[in-house]
Amino acid sequence: MSKFLKKSDTHRFAILLMGAVDGELTEQEQFEFDQLILKHPELKKEMQQYQKIKEVTQTMKFKQPHTEVWDKYWLNIYNRIERGIAWIIFSIGCMILITYGLFKAVESIIAEPQLEIIIKIGILAVIAGVVILLVSVARERLFIKKTDRYSKEVQR
Amino acid sequence: MEDDKDVNEHSLILKCQQGDKQAYSVLVKKNMKRAYFTALGLTGSHDSALDLSQDAFVRAYRSIHKFDSDRKFFTWYYQILRNLCFNHLRDRARHARSFSEIGEYELNSIVDSSQNTSDQIDQKEKKELLWQAIESLRPQEREIIILKDFQDMAYKEIAESLDCPIGTVMSRLYNARKTLKKKLARYFNE
Repeated sequence: MSKFLKKSDTHRFAILLMGAVDGELTEQEQFEFDQLILKHPELKKEMQQYQKIKEVTQTMKFKQPHTEVWDKYWLNIYNRIERGIAWIIFSIGCMILITYGLFKAVESIIAEPQLEIIIKIGILAVIAGVVILLVSVARERLFIKKTDRYSKEVQR
Repeated sequence: MEDDKDVNEHSLILKCQQGDKQAYSVLVKKNMKRAYFTALGLTGSHDSALDLSQDAFVRAYRSIHKFDSDRKFFTWYYQILRNLCFNHLRDRARHARSFSEIGEYELNSIVDSSQNTSDQIDQKEKKELLWQAIESLRPQEREIIILKDFQDMAYKEIAESLDCPIGTVMSRLYNARKTLKKKLARYFNE
Protein backbone atom coordinates (compact mmCIF):
# COMPACT_ATOMS: atom_id res chain seq x y z
CA MET A 1 0.00 0.00 0.00
CA SER A 2 1.29 3.46 -0.86
CA LYS A 3 3.23 5.18 1.90
CA PHE A 4 1.82 8.47 0.68
CA LEU A 5 -1.75 7.59 1.59
CA LYS A 6 -3.21 8.77 4.87
CA LYS A 7 -4.46 6.05 7.23
CA SER A 8 -8.12 6.82 6.45
CA ASP A 9 -7.36 6.82 2.71
CA THR A 10 -5.58 3.49 3.06
CA HIS A 11 -8.73 1.84 4.42
CA ARG A 12 -10.87 3.50 1.77
CA PHE A 13 -8.45 2.46 -0.95
CA ALA A 14 -8.50 -1.15 0.28
CA ILE A 15 -12.28 -1.23 0.02
CA LEU A 16 -12.35 0.47 -3.38
CA LEU A 17 -9.58 -1.81 -4.58
CA MET A 18 -11.63 -4.91 -3.82
CA GLY A 19 -14.66 -3.43 -5.56
CA ALA A 20 -12.54 -2.60 -8.60
CA VAL A 21 -10.97 -6.08 -8.73
CA ASP A 22 -14.40 -7.72 -8.45
CA GLY A 23 -16.11 -5.25 -10.76
CA GLU A 24 -18.58 -4.20 -8.09
CA LEU A 25 -17.97 -0.46 -7.85
CA THR A 26 -20.72 2.09 -8.48
CA GLU A 27 -19.99 4.87 -11.00
CA GLN A 28 -19.20 7.28 -8.21
CA GLU A 29 -16.89 4.80 -6.46
CA GLN A 30 -15.17 3.99 -9.75
CA PHE A 31 -14.53 7.71 -10.28
CA GLU A 32 -13.14 8.00 -6.73
CA PHE A 33 -10.91 5.00 -7.32
CA ASP A 34 -9.65 6.33 -10.68
CA GLN A 35 -8.79 9.63 -9.02
CA LEU A 36 -6.77 7.82 -6.34
CA ILE A 37 -4.88 5.87 -8.99
CA LEU A 38 -4.17 9.05 -10.93
CA LYS A 39 -2.90 10.72 -7.80
CA HIS A 40 -0.81 7.71 -6.73
CA PRO A 41 0.24 5.75 -9.85
CA GLU A 42 2.19 3.27 -7.68
CA LEU A 43 -1.18 1.91 -6.51
CA LYS A 44 -1.82 0.57 -9.99
CA LYS A 45 0.79 -2.13 -9.45
CA GLU A 46 -0.98 -3.14 -6.27
CA MET A 47 -4.23 -3.38 -8.16
CA GLN A 48 -2.63 -5.65 -10.76
CA GLN A 49 -1.32 -7.92 -8.00
CA TYR A 50 -4.79 -8.28 -6.50
CA GLN A 51 -6.26 -8.90 -9.93
CA LYS A 52 -3.78 -11.73 -10.32
CA ILE A 53 -4.74 -13.17 -6.92
CA LYS A 54 -8.37 -13.19 -8.00
CA GLU A 55 -7.45 -14.70 -11.34
CA VAL A 56 -5.69 -17.53 -9.51
CA THR A 57 -8.35 -18.22 -6.87
CA GLN A 58 -11.18 -18.05 -9.40
CA THR A 59 -9.62 -20.79 -11.44
CA MET A 60 -9.06 -23.14 -8.50
CA LYS A 61 -11.70 -25.82 -8.28
CA PHE A 62 -12.50 -28.65 -5.91
CA LYS A 63 -12.50 -32.19 -7.19
CA GLN A 64 -15.93 -33.49 -8.11
CA PRO A 65 -17.07 -36.37 -5.89
CA HIS A 66 -18.47 -39.57 -7.44
CA THR A 67 -21.78 -39.03 -9.22
CA GLU A 68 -23.50 -41.40 -6.79
CA VAL A 69 -22.93 -38.79 -4.07
CA TRP A 70 -25.37 -36.51 -5.90
CA ASP A 71 -27.73 -39.38 -6.69
CA LYS A 72 -28.04 -40.30 -3.01
CA TYR A 73 -27.85 -36.77 -1.62
CA TRP A 74 -31.59 -36.07 -1.34
CA LEU A 75 -32.35 -39.62 -0.21
CA ASN A 76 -29.99 -39.19 2.75
CA ILE A 77 -31.66 -35.93 3.71
CA TYR A 78 -35.13 -37.48 3.35
CA ASN A 79 -34.10 -40.38 5.61
CA ARG A 80 -32.72 -38.00 8.22
CA ILE A 81 -35.91 -35.93 8.21
CA GLU A 82 -38.00 -39.08 8.54
CA ARG A 83 -35.81 -40.45 11.32
CA GLY A 84 -36.00 -37.12 13.13
CA ILE A 85 -39.79 -37.39 13.21
CA ALA A 86 -39.52 -41.02 14.37
CA TRP A 87 -37.17 -40.00 17.19
CA ILE A 88 -39.59 -37.28 18.37
CA ILE A 89 -42.50 -39.77 18.47
CA PHE A 90 -40.30 -42.36 20.19
CA SER A 91 -39.13 -39.81 22.80
CA ILE A 92 -42.69 -38.67 23.54
CA GLY A 93 -43.72 -42.32 23.99
CA CYS A 94 -40.78 -42.97 26.34
CA MET A 95 -41.56 -39.87 28.38
CA ILE A 96 -45.20 -40.93 28.81
CA LEU A 97 -44.19 -44.47 29.84
CA ILE A 98 -41.43 -43.33 32.23
CA THR A 99 -43.71 -40.76 33.88
CA TYR A 100 -46.47 -43.36 34.27
CA GLY A 101 -43.98 -45.93 35.60
CA LEU A 102 -42.55 -43.49 38.12
CA PHE A 103 -46.01 -42.51 39.28
CA LYS A 104 -46.98 -46.15 39.77
CA ALA A 105 -43.68 -46.90 41.53
CA VAL A 106 -44.14 -44.03 43.98
CA GLU A 107 -47.75 -45.05 44.54
CA SER A 108 -46.82 -48.67 45.31
CA ILE A 109 -43.90 -47.68 47.58
CA ILE A 110 -46.17 -45.45 49.64
CA ALA A 111 -48.88 -48.15 49.78
CA GLU A 112 -46.46 -50.98 50.72
CA PRO A 113 -47.10 -51.77 54.45
CA GLN A 114 -44.08 -54.05 54.92
CA LEU A 115 -41.53 -51.49 53.80
CA GLU A 116 -39.91 -49.48 56.60
CA ILE A 117 -40.51 -45.76 56.56
CA ILE A 118 -36.79 -44.96 56.22
CA ILE A 119 -36.55 -47.17 53.09
CA LYS A 120 -39.62 -45.43 51.65
CA ILE A 121 -38.03 -42.02 52.26
CA GLY A 122 -34.74 -43.19 50.72
CA ILE A 123 -36.38 -44.52 47.52
CA LEU A 124 -38.57 -41.43 47.16
CA ALA A 125 -35.51 -39.17 47.66
CA VAL A 126 -33.63 -41.03 44.89
CA ILE A 127 -36.60 -40.66 42.51
CA ALA A 128 -37.06 -36.97 43.43
CA GLY A 129 -33.33 -36.34 42.90
CA VAL A 130 -33.36 -37.94 39.44
CA VAL A 131 -36.42 -35.90 38.43
CA ILE A 132 -34.84 -32.63 39.69
CA LEU A 133 -31.59 -33.43 37.85
CA LEU A 134 -33.46 -34.12 34.60
CA VAL A 135 -35.47 -30.89 34.89
CA SER A 136 -32.29 -28.94 35.68
CA VAL A 137 -30.42 -30.32 32.65
CA ALA A 138 -33.43 -29.70 30.39
CA ARG A 139 -33.72 -26.11 31.66
CA GLU A 140 -29.99 -25.51 31.12
CA ARG A 141 -30.18 -26.87 27.56
CA LEU A 142 -33.15 -24.62 26.88
CA PHE A 143 -31.30 -21.59 28.26
CA ILE A 144 -28.20 -22.33 26.16
CA LYS A 145 -30.38 -22.77 23.08
CA LYS A 146 -31.89 -19.33 23.63
CA THR A 147 -28.67 -17.46 24.36
CA ASP A 148 -25.85 -19.20 22.48
CA ARG A 149 -25.27 -17.44 19.16
CA TYR A 150 -24.56 -20.76 17.52
CA SER A 151 -27.84 -22.23 18.64
CA LYS A 152 -30.06 -19.75 16.80
CA GLU A 153 -30.06 -22.06 13.83
CA VAL A 154 -28.01 -24.95 15.14
CA GLN A 155 -28.87 -27.37 17.86
CA ARG A 156 -25.72 -29.01 19.08
CA MET B 1 -33.99 -14.97 -16.11
CA GLU B 2 -32.85 -14.23 -12.56
CA ASP B 3 -36.40 -13.06 -11.78
CA ASP B 4 -37.85 -16.34 -13.09
CA LYS B 5 -35.47 -18.25 -10.83
CA ASP B 6 -36.53 -16.12 -7.86
CA VAL B 7 -40.24 -16.60 -8.58
CA ASN B 8 -39.68 -20.32 -8.89
CA GLU B 9 -37.74 -20.45 -5.62
CA HIS B 10 -40.39 -18.32 -3.90
CA SER B 11 -43.17 -20.70 -4.92
CA LEU B 12 -41.08 -23.73 -3.93
CA ILE B 13 -40.50 -22.27 -0.48
CA LEU B 14 -44.20 -21.56 -0.02
CA LYS B 15 -44.90 -25.20 -0.86
CA CYS B 16 -42.18 -26.37 1.55
CA GLN B 17 -43.73 -24.25 4.28
CA GLN B 18 -46.92 -26.22 3.74
CA GLY B 19 -44.98 -29.44 4.31
CA ASP B 20 -44.41 -30.42 0.68
CA LYS B 21 -41.30 -32.64 0.78
CA GLN B 22 -41.28 -32.98 -3.00
CA ALA B 23 -40.83 -29.21 -3.32
CA TYR B 24 -38.06 -29.36 -0.75
CA SER B 25 -36.29 -32.07 -2.76
CA VAL B 26 -36.25 -29.69 -5.76
CA LEU B 27 -34.84 -26.93 -3.57
CA VAL B 28 -32.16 -29.26 -2.19
CA LYS B 29 -31.17 -30.52 -5.63
CA LYS B 30 -30.83 -26.93 -6.86
CA ASN B 31 -28.51 -25.99 -4.00
CA MET B 32 -26.72 -29.21 -3.02
CA LYS B 33 -23.54 -28.77 -5.08
CA ARG B 34 -23.05 -25.22 -3.93
CA ALA B 35 -23.69 -26.30 -0.34
CA TYR B 36 -21.32 -29.25 -0.50
CA PHE B 37 -18.45 -27.33 -2.12
CA THR B 38 -18.81 -24.41 0.30
CA ALA B 39 -18.66 -26.82 3.25
CA LEU B 40 -15.72 -28.58 1.62
CA GLY B 41 -13.89 -25.27 1.37
CA LEU B 42 -14.51 -24.57 5.03
CA THR B 43 -13.80 -28.00 6.49
CA GLY B 44 -11.33 -29.48 4.03
CA SER B 45 -12.91 -32.91 4.36
CA HIS B 46 -15.24 -34.66 1.89
CA ASP B 47 -17.03 -36.68 4.58
CA SER B 48 -17.54 -33.68 6.86
CA ALA B 49 -18.71 -31.50 3.97
CA LEU B 50 -21.24 -34.11 2.91
CA ASP B 51 -22.48 -34.75 6.43
CA LEU B 52 -22.66 -31.09 7.48
CA SER B 53 -24.27 -29.84 4.28
CA GLN B 54 -26.95 -32.55 4.56
CA ASP B 55 -27.43 -31.86 8.25
CA ALA B 56 -27.89 -28.17 7.46
CA PHE B 57 -30.61 -29.05 4.92
CA VAL B 58 -32.40 -31.14 7.56
CA ARG B 59 -32.24 -28.26 10.05
CA ALA B 60 -33.35 -25.80 7.38
CA TYR B 61 -36.37 -28.01 6.64
CA ARG B 62 -37.31 -28.10 10.31
CA SER B 63 -37.13 -24.29 10.50
CA ILE B 64 -38.53 -23.50 7.06
CA HIS B 65 -41.75 -22.13 8.57
CA LYS B 66 -39.64 -19.31 10.10
CA PHE B 67 -38.03 -18.44 6.79
CA ASP B 68 -39.02 -15.20 5.09
CA SER B 69 -39.76 -16.38 1.57
CA ASP B 70 -38.78 -13.00 0.10
CA ARG B 71 -35.15 -13.74 1.00
CA LYS B 72 -32.87 -15.98 -1.02
CA PHE B 73 -32.90 -19.53 0.28
CA PHE B 74 -29.18 -20.11 -0.01
CA THR B 75 -28.17 -17.03 2.00
CA TRP B 76 -30.44 -18.20 4.85
CA TYR B 77 -29.35 -21.82 4.50
CA TYR B 78 -25.71 -20.72 4.49
CA GLN B 79 -26.07 -19.21 7.97
CA ILE B 80 -27.05 -22.65 9.28
CA LEU B 81 -24.29 -24.35 7.32
CA ARG B 82 -21.54 -21.98 8.44
CA ASN B 83 -22.52 -22.37 12.09
CA LEU B 84 -22.32 -26.13 11.72
CA CYS B 85 -18.98 -25.88 9.92
CA PHE B 86 -17.45 -23.52 12.47
CA ASN B 87 -18.73 -25.70 15.32
CA HIS B 88 -17.17 -28.66 13.58
CA LEU B 89 -13.85 -26.88 13.08
CA ARG B 90 -13.86 -25.79 16.71
CA ASP B 91 -14.55 -29.28 18.02
CA ARG B 92 -12.53 -31.25 15.54
CA ALA B 93 -9.61 -33.06 17.07
CA ARG B 94 -8.48 -34.81 13.95
CA HIS B 95 -6.78 -33.04 11.09
CA ALA B 96 -8.53 -32.40 7.84
CA ARG B 97 -7.11 -33.81 4.68
CA SER B 98 -4.72 -31.55 2.96
CA PHE B 99 -6.53 -29.12 0.66
CA SER B 100 -4.18 -30.08 -2.15
CA GLU B 101 -5.76 -33.53 -2.02
CA ILE B 102 -9.30 -32.22 -2.45
CA GLY B 103 -8.61 -29.57 -5.00
CA GLU B 104 -7.89 -29.56 -8.65
CA TYR B 105 -6.41 -26.57 -10.29
CA GLU B 106 -6.76 -25.65 -13.91
CA LEU B 107 -3.21 -24.48 -14.29
CA ASN B 108 -3.11 -24.18 -18.03
CA SER B 109 -5.84 -21.60 -18.07
CA ILE B 110 -4.11 -19.16 -15.77
CA VAL B 111 -0.43 -19.40 -16.48
CA ASP B 112 0.80 -15.95 -17.31
CA SER B 113 3.51 -16.17 -19.93
CA SER B 114 4.93 -12.76 -19.03
CA GLN B 115 5.74 -14.02 -15.55
CA ASN B 116 7.27 -17.19 -16.95
CA THR B 117 6.44 -18.89 -13.66
CA SER B 118 6.23 -22.37 -15.14
CA ASP B 119 10.00 -22.28 -15.53
CA GLN B 120 10.50 -21.53 -11.86
CA ILE B 121 8.19 -23.96 -10.15
CA ASP B 122 6.82 -27.10 -11.71
CA GLN B 123 3.08 -27.46 -12.00
CA LYS B 124 2.61 -29.99 -9.23
CA GLU B 125 4.58 -27.88 -6.79
CA LYS B 126 2.60 -24.83 -7.85
CA LYS B 127 -0.67 -26.61 -7.24
CA GLU B 128 0.52 -27.66 -3.78
CA LEU B 129 1.60 -24.13 -3.00
CA LEU B 130 -1.74 -22.63 -3.97
CA TRP B 131 -3.81 -25.08 -1.97
CA GLN B 132 -1.49 -24.80 1.01
CA ALA B 133 -1.96 -21.03 0.91
CA ILE B 134 -5.75 -21.44 0.91
CA GLU B 135 -5.56 -24.04 3.69
CA SER B 136 -3.39 -21.86 5.88
CA LEU B 137 -5.87 -18.97 5.88
CA ARG B 138 -7.90 -18.42 9.03
CA PRO B 139 -11.40 -19.99 8.66
CA GLN B 140 -13.07 -16.57 8.30
CA GLU B 141 -10.56 -15.53 5.65
CA ARG B 142 -10.96 -18.80 3.80
CA GLU B 143 -14.71 -18.44 4.02
CA ILE B 144 -14.77 -15.07 2.27
CA ILE B 145 -12.47 -16.32 -0.51
CA ILE B 146 -14.63 -19.42 -0.98
CA LEU B 147 -17.82 -17.37 -1.19
CA LYS B 148 -16.46 -14.72 -3.52
CA ASP B 149 -14.02 -16.52 -5.77
CA PHE B 150 -15.04 -20.16 -5.64
CA GLN B 151 -18.81 -19.65 -5.41
CA ASP B 152 -18.82 -16.38 -7.36
CA MET B 153 -21.31 -14.74 -5.02
CA ALA B 154 -22.00 -11.00 -5.27
CA TYR B 155 -21.07 -8.72 -2.34
CA LYS B 156 -24.76 -8.19 -1.54
CA GLU B 157 -25.37 -11.92 -1.37
CA ILE B 158 -22.30 -12.47 0.82
CA ALA B 159 -23.34 -9.61 3.12
CA GLU B 160 -26.78 -11.22 3.53
CA SER B 161 -25.25 -14.63 4.15
CA LEU B 162 -22.83 -13.34 6.77
CA ASP B 163 -25.31 -10.84 8.17
CA CYS B 164 -22.90 -7.91 7.90
CA PRO B 165 -22.59 -4.69 5.85
CA ILE B 166 -21.10 -4.78 2.33
CA GLY B 167 -18.19 -2.62 3.55
CA THR B 168 -17.27 -5.33 6.03
CA VAL B 169 -17.36 -7.93 3.25
CA MET B 170 -14.96 -5.82 1.16
CA SER B 171 -12.71 -5.20 4.11
CA ARG B 172 -12.57 -8.90 5.04
CA LEU B 173 -11.92 -9.80 1.45
CA TYR B 174 -9.05 -7.34 1.30
CA ASN B 175 -7.48 -8.83 4.43
CA ALA B 176 -7.91 -12.37 3.13
CA ARG B 177 -6.41 -11.56 -0.25
CA LYS B 178 -3.59 -9.63 1.39
CA THR B 179 -2.70 -12.71 3.45
CA LEU B 180 -2.94 -14.85 0.34
CA LYS B 181 -0.73 -12.42 -1.58
CA LYS B 182 1.95 -12.71 1.10
CA LYS B 183 1.77 -16.49 1.08
CA LEU B 184 1.91 -16.62 -2.71
CA ALA B 185 4.76 -14.15 -3.02
CA ARG B 186 6.94 -16.93 -4.39
CA TYR B 187 4.31 -17.80 -6.97
CA PHE B 188 4.16 -14.23 -8.17
CA ASN B 189 7.95 -13.97 -8.19
CA GLU B 190 8.00 -10.81 -6.13
